[in-house]
Amino acid sequence: MTMQFNTETFRDDYSFRNSDWAIRRFPFPFHEDSYMYSVNMEQHRGGPEGSVYEKRFDVDEHYVSEMHDRALVLAEDPLRCQSLPHMTLAGWDLLELIMVSKSEDYPDLFELHRDGNQWRWINKPLGIDDTFTFLDETTLPYGPMEYITRQTQGDFAVLDQREENLWMDAGMVTTQADWSLDFDIGMNFFEWHAPVPRAHEMGIFKRALKFLLNVQQGSPARRLNWTMTVNPRLDTSPENYHKWGVEKTTLTPENIGAKQHLRVELQTFFRLPRSNALVFPIRCYLIAFQDIVTVPKWGRRLHRVVRDLPEDLADYKGFIANRPLMLDYLSQYDDGLPTSPGVWPDLETEPPLQK
Amino acid sequence: MSAAPQKAKAGGGTIDVVVRAIVPLNDLVTRFEFERPDGAPFPPFSPGAHTIVEMNDDGRPRKNPYSLMSDPSDTSHYAISVRRDDEGRGGSRFLHTAVSVGDRLSVSYPVNLFPLDLRARKHVFLAGGIGITPFLSMIAQLERQGGRWELHYACRSESLASYADDLTGRHANKVHVYYSDRKEALPLEDLLDGQPLGTHVYVCGPKGMIDWVKTTAADHGWPGDAVHAEEFLAPQPGDPFDVHLARSGIDVHVEPHESLLEAIERAGVDAPFLCRGGACGQCETDVIEADGELIHADHWLEDDQKASGKKIMPCVSRFAGKKLVLDR
Repeated sequence: MTMQFNTETFRDDYSFRNSDWAIRRFPFPFHEDSYMYSVNMEQHRGGPEGSVYEKRFDVDEHYVSEMHDRALVLAEDPLRCQSLPHMTLAGWDLLELIMVSKSEDYPDLFELHRDGNQWRWINKPLGIDDTFTFLDETTLPYGPMEYITRQTQGDFAVLDQREENLWMDAGMVTTQADWSLDFDIGMNFFEWHAPVPRAHEMGIFKRALKFLLNVQQGSPARRLNWTMTVNPRLDTSPENYHKWGVEKTTLTPENIGAKQHLRVELQTFFRLPRSNALVFPIRCYLIAFQDIVTVPKWGRRLHRVVRDLPEDLADYKGFIANRPLMLDYLSQYDDGLPTSPGVWPDLETEPPLQK
Repeated sequence: MSAAPQKAKAGGGTIDVVVRAIVPLNDLVTRFEFERPDGAPFPPFSPGAHTIVEMNDDGRPRKNPYSLMSDPSDTSHYAISVRRDDEGRGGSRFLHTAVSVGDRLSVSYPVNLFPLDLRARKHVFLAGGIGITPFLSMIAQLERQGGRWELHYACRSESLASYADDLTGRHANKVHVYYSDRKEALPLEDLLDGQPLGTHVYVCGPKGMIDWVKTTAADHGWPGDAVHAEEFLAPQPGDPFDVHLARSGIDVHVEPHESLLEAIERAGVDAPFLCRGGACGQCETDVIEADGELIHADHWLEDDQKASGKKIMPCVSRFAGKKLVLDR
């Protein structure tokens, strides 16, 4: 195996760290110095070598520890993984999609051997070597969706498509930005997005739904979303708000660089071939402010975005109370120079901080 | 997320195929079976899906949608069944007369606008004529999963009843065939009555049959979302006309035997599409100016949209008059 996996935690002592490699490939979400909603979809057909966009399902240094954290969440709260009865075939679709993608994209880490419906799956980082019968749930230790998503970074919403709408009828959700699968299960696209400010009035959801209903087999799509999280906690769920909500009050000028994290979701969309369902993987990437500002362009831009974000969006994203503290910190890394367009770090071409 | 988002090509990805078998079923219908040139498996598909077959008909590109009728779990080949339409624009005639075993074609990734509702406790299929094709893949999947289904199949005559012998031979208790030349009628009201709660009904056939099923089901108190229909309209030939594409800045002449969408594509303009049969809504186009009559043939636009003269579905609809300007 070529990749080194970190041993780290996303709770208690929060030993999570990004290596220099992980910082440079972080999916920075702002392509210009301001932010507003848009239906910012593009095709998910690869990306620059080494970037998080290159593979269908990105595997990075946090893989093994993230899967351990997921197991801890599920042990405390099994309802984080649910699948309504008609979604089992979609679960098999998802298992097939991930096993085929990972074994092709990371042949040194994952192997899939298929002989008809007799499949053997080898996951070297997690030490798994299982043989099972495809489409026969009795041959796996969990349902197909739970089995494969216990081995894949990111949350998964599996959406049934009917009546010109999408329905949240299955999912594995343990690394979420404050939403609950147990609350949303069975809801349609407009119902589960009801809490989002502004976007309904802007017609964003109608256009987004129209786009998603037409995501076709062989043409996956992707977009980014973002929020802020104090401490590198993956499980910022409503169910556990009493554990993490209070942590937002622990920021000080001394610890903010290490504790405040930008939380970015790489959201992808795949049509599932056998069930005609849509899977919506939501992959969470965390980065500490003190690591972002090692990239001069990102330090300048993040300050400007946080400073100029409308109040209701800052409130919805949960950091309005800490915004002054964040701006005091980030302003040290903004010298007023212009930034290059696009999301990439541009370390060779952008000037170092001029103060 | 990148500075310059990639633009998706209209219609999504395509798959190169070789014709592996051509099987005439009767005077009108022929089955075409495709495999991949390298022998690789096809992508799996969901029953009810269609594929768009791209043909080069003597220099004239044609893209026609056909339901995938093979067993979805068999990824070694795709199969379609094509009814020859002698009155039509020639796509089906081209397949029947000009395509041979070993020829290369291109087909789209499967697109499903007529999926099974997997919540259903039971599936009732109503087929009219060549409308049998999507149900063949649905039946194959439900047989594998142990799902409950029954099929009612209306045909003109025994000699034209594609797959009727095969279906009744394998599923004698679930398949019911009605021949109109024997004055047999599909007993719709009876079979809508007394179905168990949670039954869904699916109809594929001519427009009149679909309307009849929808109206009768509604009259019998069936919920609208338990009644599913698929009608692909084949684009009909018509009088030629001219169109100006404002965004592209070009004029296009639409020939009698090509659709407006095909003419736009022939001019090198990449226009969106999925079904090419007036059903999916993807090719909806704004009309900037129309001095004449829009001949709407789709079932996507609402009646008031059609009356407004502001929208057209170029895959099946045409124009008669002096001047047509589209936002494309």
